[in-house]
Amino acid sequence: MKELFELYFLFLKMGSVCFGGGYAMLPILERELVTKRNWCTKEELLDYYAIGQCTPGVIAVNTSTFIGHKLKGVVGGIVATLGFITPSIIIISILATIIQSITHLPVVEYAFSGIRICVCVLILNATINLWKSAVKDRIGIILFLIIFILSSFLNVSPVILIVLAGFFGYLYKTITGGKEK
Amino acid sequence: MIYLRLIYEFMKIGLFAVGGGLATLPFLKDLAIKTGWYTIEDLMNMVAVSESTPGPLGVNMSTFVGFVRGSFLGGICATLGLVIPSIAIIIIIAIMFKKFKDSPIIEKIFFGIRPASIALIASAGYSVMKEALFNFELYSQTNAILDLFKVSSIIYGVILYIVFSKFKLHPIFYILISAVIGIIVKF
Repeated sequence: MKELFELYFLFLKMGSVCFGGGYAMLPILERELVTKRNWCTKEELLDYYAIGQCTPGVIAVNTSTFIGHKLKGVVGGIVATLGFITPSIIIISILATIIQSITHLPVVEYAFSGIRICVCVLILNATINLWKSAVKDRIGIILFLIIFILSSFLNVSPVILIVLAGFFGYLYKTITGGKEK
Repeated sequence: MIYLRLIYEFMKIGLFAVGGGLATLPFLKDLAIKTGWYTIEDLMNMVAVSESTPGPLGVNMSTFVGFVRGSFLGGICATLGLVIPSIAIIIIIAIMFKKFKDSPIIEKIFFGIRPASIALIASAGYSVMKEALFNFELYSQTNAILDLFKVSSIIYGVILYIVFSKFKLHPIFYILISAVIGIIVKF
């Protein structure tokens, strides 16, 4: 029981210092879990991280569940994840309350009009970086364009598009993979 | 019941948003259009707040949407909904770790999902930009092509993009500067 508390509060602590999630959390995890506590090796951590990236859900949450599970089984996985999301819930709830009560002020309105342009730039930048790392061949580009059009102009649900794309990838690789051999 | 609805909607997002970070954005855009709980403009404000606070972007945005719809308990329900599929899937994978890691089936499926996931983020980015940089409503009234573009916003966006790609500072920094410039310029 004491160990579960320790697990919960460690992940709570990491959740409250890691800005932006994703890649930003890797050095923090490494320091707390590998260097300070020796709870897993660096290789294990990178493996968990890689799997967290290619499974559904938020990467940081997936990695937390993985480490928690390794240390304390199913309960550990749940406890680590709950610890990690606790700061988000508290901080965002407080901020959302404040923002909702001041959002009608002209100054706040203008500030957010500038911030929204910044958000555009952030999203554009993230998209370009992801594109560089994952869209490498012609079939990837075609798939990208088809999904982009279906989502932007025909408002097809992202759930359906992800399922179709996964199915397509499986079929395509099965057919062409056989030929290459 | 709104709380059950939130858990259900966010479980769907947790199950299908692959790739972390902004991967939840297209799903939240879809949810906004489908339910009318919040506008695209609200969603952009949420992205900014979520980027500027600790915690993973997807978790922060889910709490925010849940909070807007169902207050504190709503935020908790949305966030729990988001992580339930993760917990279930990861525990299953952890139990059969080796098999998953080298599975050719997973590799094949992700060959399709990776570009699709990026296309969805790009598409959400497109809707957001349409809102922030263009003025289709005014254009349809006046038919003057200059009314279509929010010129000062576009100029600022381009400058910001150039600066952002040159100096990789933390996004919070750019969000704060943009807030100040927004107050001064009144976009």
